[in-house]
Amino acid sequence: MKKAYIINTEIISPLGFSVQENYESLVNGLSGVKQIDNYNYSNRSFYGAQIPEKKLEKAFKDLSANSEKYTKLEKMLLLAVAKVLDKNPNLDLKKTAVIISTTKGNIDALDRNNPFPKERAKLFESAKQLQAFFKLPQTPIVLSNACISGGLAIAVGKKLINHQNYEHAIVVGGDILSKFTVSGFSSFQALDTKVCAPFCKQRNGINLGEAAACVLLNAKPTAAELISIEGEATANDANHISGPSRTGDGLFKSIQNALKEAKLTSSEIDFISAHGTATLYNDEMEAKAFSRANLQETPLHSLKAHYGHTLGASALLETVISVECMKRNQLLPNFNFTQKGTSKKLNIITQLKQKSLKNVLKTASGFGGCNFAMLLKKHSA
Amino acid sequence: MNSTFYTSDFVHLNRQGLFRKGKLLYPKAKNENLDTFLKSIYKELELNYSKFYKMDLLSKMGIICTEILLQENQIDKNTALVFQNNAGSLATDLEHQKSISKSSNALASPAVFVYTLPNIVMGEIAIKHGLKSENAFFIAESFTPNFIHTYTDILLQTNKANSAICGWIDLDSDRYNVFLTLISNNGKIRYTPDNLKQLYTNVDE
Repeated sequence: MKKAYIINTEIISPLGFSVQENYESLVNGLSGVKQIDNYNYSNRSFYGAQIPEKKLEKAFKDLSANSEKYTKLEKMLLLAVAKVLDKNPNLDLKKTAVIISTTKGNIDALDRNNPFPKERAKLFESAKQLQAFFKLPQTPIVLSNACISGGLAIAVGKKLINHQNYEHAIVVGGDILSKFTVSGFSSFQALDTKVCAPFCKQRNGINLGEAAACVLLNAKPTAAELISIEGEATANDANHISGPSRTGDGLFKSIQNALKEAKLTSSEIDFISAHGTATLYNDEMEAKAFSRANLQETPLHSLKAHYGHTLGASALLETVISVECMKRNQLLPNFNFTQKGTSKKLNIITQLKQKSLKNVLKTASGFGGCNFAMLLKKHSA
Repeated sequence: MNSTFYTSDFVHLNRQGLFRKGKLLYPKAKNENLDTFLKSIYKELELNYSKFYKMDLLSKMGIICTEILLQENQIDKNTALVFQNNAGSLATDLEHQKSISKSSNALASPAVFVYTLPNIVMGEIAIKHGLKSENAFFIAESFTPNFIHTYTDILLQTNKANSAICGWIDLDSDRYNVFLTLISNNGKIRYTPDNLKQLYTNVDE
């Protein structure tokens, strides 16, 4: 069976338009989450993370002269993929699966003031744009599975390389900040009124953000890129469509199944990139699941206080940062954490540390009761 | 790898009504709306599952169709759900959008917003049948039997699931179309992309 190695990565976010720029922002303790006063998003001021329109336009101009043909989300996705393709000019696209992960796509097209037709809100429309732009031989696969989408999309690419005739997979994910999601999460009273604080006692809800991220998977490693996806699983809580499980059942099960596939035990995990949305119930659920999986001593962070919750991009973006941590053997702190805030013990990373990172666990959970776990392994050269 | 799986059962829902194994079980009157039609089947099945009334239409279609699909089958708790559609959760998206548009005085409702994700229908089915299993929701302009077969088959062949419910479940304003299949070790129709494609199209419309 062919393995799937992560060969290239890219991030387009409020904290930068390259992995390097994003990583430096995290090391420097920057957050993209700011107070936003904009009637187009909300009648009231709120905290969220936004990609500056002008910066995106400027970057996109180098890629295409037809900026007005594409929505904001499409520009983000196209930029992320273009940067990865630039680094791999000889990629055989006929042997490349392309997977797009998004929860809401061009949801802003439903707004009557939006210049794009309503039909553009259909998620496969962005796949068509991507296919035409890069002249892809096949229409990209679109995955929309709530907040685990970005992780699950990597798992889809991995499965296709493992078991099908693909040599490569481009996995790209993105979601935008929109009035649609801001008003929705606000109606749930799920938005924090300041920068969110994952796993912290002071946590009081999420911030929404926007980003695109991309990874290129290869059946063969390169001399410099030796991180593979060894296991992955999803598991439904079968409990509630919007409330996290009180026992962490689904997340626990997905971790167990991913460990089984990777032939690893919890004691071999060096670091966890958690979901950590900063709602009271989600973070508590994660703490329970990690504790049940015997991972309470494993160093852990959530990146949500840096990026906000970027929905269909989040698990993909966080995987890209994990890969970077593994390459540098660095543990990045959980930004905005001050005080233990879960009933079960967790080993929250509070400062930048060097540590040899071989096996890393990435998790995510979302509405619909879905949970996701994935194991990354760094092989020796 | 390479165990043989079969289509144990399959259902269709379209404007003609609800079919099981190609046979029209519940015909739908031309002027009857979808919600009323689904509620009438709910009553006839005596489901006694009051949550049903709070669901959006996509979830109601999913609950009723899986109920019929599983009527004569014992379900394994490790049954994966692999669904696909064209419109995502657009019908409910439009409802939420209406409530937040400037001309409207309606307030955004969490009970509506929670259904603005296509995978919620899989969550509802998982809750109803206690399935703590693999889920994936894909979007495509039209049903792609090759890919849905491939993805589901990988889950089955790698023992990530013992059986699966897979297919197409789409709702876009007045148009709707459901085709769900139960894939397991039991049955006569081999689970292949061609058979999946044929079963999908082989129904009165």
